[in-house]
Amino acid sequence: MAHAVVPHDAAAEYEPSLFGTYSKKIGMWLFLLSDSLTFGALLYAYSYGRISIPNWPTPFHSASIANATVMTAFLLTSSLTMVLAVAASAKGNVAKERLFILATMACGIGFIILHAMEWTKLIGEGLRLPVFPAMPGQETAGEMVNVSKAVPQFAATFFGLTGMHMLHVTLGVVYLGVIALRKKFIPILLACWLAAWLLTPAYSPFHYGAHVLLICAIVISIILWLKPKVYDASDVEVAGLYWHFVDLVWMFIFPLVYLMSTKIV
Amino acid sequence: MDAAQLEIQERVAEEQTHHGTGVFYWVWGVLLVLTAIEVYLGYQNMEPKKMLTMLMGLSIVKATLIIGYFMHMKYEISRMKWMTMCSLVFCLAMMMVFFPDALRIISLGVH
Repeated sequence: MAHAVVPHDAAAEYEPSLFGTYSKKIGMWLFLLSDSLTFGALLYAYSYGRISIPNWPTPFHSASIANATVMTAFLLTSSLTMVLAVAASAKGNVAKERLFILATMACGIGFIILHAMEWTKLIGEGLRLPVFPAMPGQETAGEMVNVSKAVPQFAATFFGLTGMHMLHVTLGVVYLGVIALRKKFIPILLACWLAAWLLTPAYSPFHYGAHVLLICAIVISIILWLKPKVYDASDVEVAGLYWHFVDLVWMFIFPLVYLMSTKIV
Repeated sequence: MDAAQLEIQERVAEEQTHHGTGVFYWVWGVLLVLTAIEVYLGYQNMEPKKMLTMLMGLSIVKATLIIGYFMHMKYEISRMKWMTMCSLVFCLAMMMVFFPDALRIISLGVH
């Protein structure tokens, strides 16, 4: 059977994008739309519980609210530095772009540390999920011991929602690290994984959660080995979209989870 | 960097010329002020349904600012704006179908 011959010498006609922008950006928007539905479902589940359960716990003292407010300020500031990084990269100012991306990562890391401290405090007070490893002496300690038993939906929705968001922030920091430092970021990531794994006690969820960083390091190594490239302004802009989305989601989690459960004395 | 990458780079630079960076500082300031208002409302002993409505209203304003300015949606063409935002709002609004049930349960007085 003879194969049909397709002429390739004719010049291709450029067809502008239907949405007035480049494919990478449209792809990220489509991903963010699907991800917003994931968070939407979790936020609606939390709201449902908050409205329908009359004895919903209000465990957040002013210290927790202050902590969460600082976390919010960290994320808002990181969005500002990210948008400045995008503007700098569009102007071709690589040094400024890298500086702003590193500032964004610093704010993201600050957010993760504060959030991890908040989780550790709540777990120490007795708020827990059945999947968490047993903590020594937890049966007798803390004011939250009975909350997990009386309203199990609180711990499930709280850890589910904020854990999913913390995972997104962590992946965002890794994403930005790769955009800013490329393969130089891999040893840094491995050092962070080792530190997080070895310095957290075995009963902490972060002891096992730290392995996310190891998985990230492996995936990044494969990606950079298969397709090494110089990241340009479009990559910075697309990474920025992801980062702003993470910030955007927190703008709903903060009032819903923390402010709606404030302990008023 | 190949020709296609250079073309995209130029495109990004062109898109970013719509505005200076000053507007981002303004948006950041407004977002911080709105957050402070939310924290203040958190300490007012309000009925959960009323508080949820007020806080979510403020969060929607904050989300609009982030999407519009930080995520650059304000400067996209109208087809892009409508395609993304309509699909998002429609899907999220569909999930609200569960709320009447939550309100029904609380009116039953189930503990």
